[in-house]
Amino acid sequence: MALLQISEPGLSAAPHQHRLAVGIDLGTTNSLVATVRNSISVVLNDDDGAALLPSVVRYAADGSVQVGLPAQTAQNTDPQNTILSVKRFMGRGLKDVGDVVDLPYRLVDAPGMLQLRTVAGVKSPVEVSAEILKILRDRAERSLGGALVGAVITVPAYFDDAQRQATKDAARLAGINVLRLINEPTAAAIAYGLDNASEGVYAVYDLGGGTFDISILRLSKGVFEVLATNGDSALGGDDFDQRIYCWVLEKSGLSQLSANDTRLLLTHARAAKEQLSEYVQTQITAVLSGGELVDFALTRDDFYVMTQNLLTRTLQPTRRALRDAKLSVDEVKGVVMVGGSTRMPQVQRAVAEFFKQTPLTNLDPDKVVALGAAIQANVLAGNRSEDDWLLLDVIPLSLGIETMGGLVEKIMPRNSTIPSARAQEFTTYKDGQTALSIHVVQGERELVSDCRSLAKFELRGIPPMVAGSARIRVTFQVDADGLLSVSARETNSGVEAAVAVRPAYGLHEDDITRMLQDGNQHARDDMLARALREQQTEARQLLEAVENALAQDGALLGETEIKQIRTCMDNLRSVVDVSDHSAIKHGIDVLNQATVGFAQKRMDQSVARALKGRKMSELEN
Amino acid sequence: MLPISTDFQQDYFALFNLPLRFQIDSNALEQHYRALQTQVHPDKFSHLSQSEQRLSMQWATRVNEAYQTLHSPLARGRYLLSLHGVDTQEDTNTAMPLDFLMQQMELREVLEAARQNKDMAALDEMEAQVKQTVSELQQKLALELDEKQDYATASGLVRKLKFMEKVAEEIGAAFDELDS
Repeated sequence: MALLQISEPGLSAAPHQHRLAVGIDLGTTNSLVATVRNSISVVLNDDDGAALLPSVVRYAADGSVQVGLPAQTAQNTDPQNTILSVKRFMGRGLKDVGDVVDLPYRLVDAPGMLQLRTVAGVKSPVEVSAEILKILRDRAERSLGGALVGAVITVPAYFDDAQRQATKDAARLAGINVLRLINEPTAAAIAYGLDNASEGVYAVYDLGGGTFDISILRLSKGVFEVLATNGDSALGGDDFDQRIYCWVLEKSGLSQLSANDTRLLLTHARAAKEQLSEYVQTQITAVLSGGELVDFALTRDDFYVMTQNLLTRTLQPTRRALRDAKLSVDEVKGVVMVGGSTRMPQVQRAVAEFFKQTPLTNLDPDKVVALGAAIQANVLAGNRSEDDWLLLDVIPLSLGIETMGGLVEKIMPRNSTIPSARAQEFTTYKDGQTALSIHVVQGERELVSDCRSLAKFELRGIPPMVAGSARIRVTFQVDADGLLSVSARETNSGVEAAVAVRPAYGLHEDDITRMLQDGNQHARDDMLARALREQQTEARQLLEAVENALAQDGALLGETEIKQIRTCMDNLRSVVDVSDHSAIKHGIDVLNQATVGFAQKRMDQSVARALKGRKMSELEN
Repeated sequence: MLPISTDFQQDYFALFNLPLRFQIDSNALEQHYRALQTQVHPDKFSHLSQSEQRLSMQWATRVNEAYQTLHSPLARGRYLLSLHGVDTQEDTNTAMPLDFLMQQMELREVLEAARQNKDMAALDEMEAQVKQTVSELQQKLALELDEKQDYATASGLVRKLKFMEKVAEEIGAAFDELDS
């Protein structure tokens, strides 16, 4: 079975059913879904044969929702209810979003994450994103002919905790089990790396519609190790459109445009940008709602000049990432281009100049992220892949806590490999202080006010002591999705407090439940049926996993232990086909409990084997 | 084959099958690190039982922590000393030799001047100089730890390395500042 993919004679894996899993690229401009079919990663098209789903959602007064092309078609006529580039708002407050004046939306300030007022009510960016994800989920389930075990969803590497949490919430709202969030450049590297069986250091330059990421990876014997990542989560193709739009306003002397006219000109700006990737000159012609004619010729050279500083803004993070990885440009073996914006000739030229080599563009920059995510989803779902490989990713931003004077004490530095845990001791500053407020922040700056606040919690009940004598150990744990939990413990008294960091502006469990219940009765029945199906799938997977584990490593257990596990398995089997999801859940929990000791023994064995196998191969060399 | 009992409390050197020394075979460290992560990483357990997922998370975290510690010469020196029962007192013991403190002050003056004058070349030169000093300190540390077993002297060298690491960080921050 997949747990111990060690080629040892006589340990062939039991055949099992292929589990349906997909990779989803939830992009600023377009979104895609891909899956691994017959060992090859493929993008799933819609009924019309289109792979890209425009990330556009339109709300109508009757509550109906359009997603994709039909919504995109309406963007010029119904701009306030047609949401484009919603990814830029994920986990973002009003103050975080630049250029708001030039967006045709009615933005509502809300604690932490802004919201959008539409004809169908106020919508959070999480809800808007969930509409896009629902379409992709349906597409995948129809195309694959069954319910998904789960999905890997990609996020920009430079997304912070709030943005990641928002993405995960959107997936849950869309009824998708998230197997893992992975970073877009890493996903691209998987697609490229497994394709070319390359070894060495690679840079992934990912300029999407709204975000820029740079990642430096080392590929070595099937291990993808991210060495450093950097970027700008508010820089992308949209900014290039914006430059053309501003140029048009300046040339025409227009100002104070209506929402419709703003959207019209932005649409033309984008078309002009795309034209200039092919031609040296393009014509921007539009008639505004008041009858004014806009008609200008834009040359490639002018476009280059007006976007030069956007390119510079991508090279700064690139230099930082190389510095963090302790590497020079000459040590980079290849540069992978990802994201539709890397089609612009000036981007390719700037990257080629910087890295002193022609970047790789042989995989479609729009699809490569989804293709890589699908490969990872296939592995995480437990489908065996032919080549055994592993991805080691990092956190993009440092994590720390607030100390006296509004300063940040970094506890986990950026580019720490995950999963990771770090602890640090702090003390009280007042005599008799019995409580301590712990403020968790993310970012590189020294002042708390310049970093992003993630969570605040209190450690209470510290016995009164002289200032400086309490010993408070704060532990940060980041899981494989890059999400953080924090705990604090006063070591003399053993007083503890912990918090799973859900940003203040993230959605809480209640919000999700409410949003799900807001749907109509039909949707609710659908949800229940889905929950049951998911529970059954989980039970069957668990039974299969334990069965395989027993077949393989049953020798590690005594007769009594085996019998006990077998009894729990029989119990679970007897309820799995009954339509009672709580009974199934109970059966799963009991079996999980019963296998704790077994899991421990198997893990010890794998660790021992890892080093044993290593010694063998060293002897051979 | 009888399963070898793998003690979760074993030291990091033992975890990676390396001798308990400051000077390590970095190739072996990297190879053992990858081999271990390939066995214990959560990605290998995502479809298995909760107990296996939890254990995998604990192990992968520990393997990462161990690798980070042994990979960095400063952390490795500090860790090796802690295994010998010596606390390096980096936060409390600031009694550094006078010549070292003078050198630190000088470095910071040069750094400040380079920042003021936006002088990238000066930063480059400084970075090279710091690298050289760090490398010399590491060689001395290896001698004290592996040959002489003089842990008090080694402790002092770890504190010096810590100072130099801070300077290196500040140089990095200055590069970023001049770049933006």
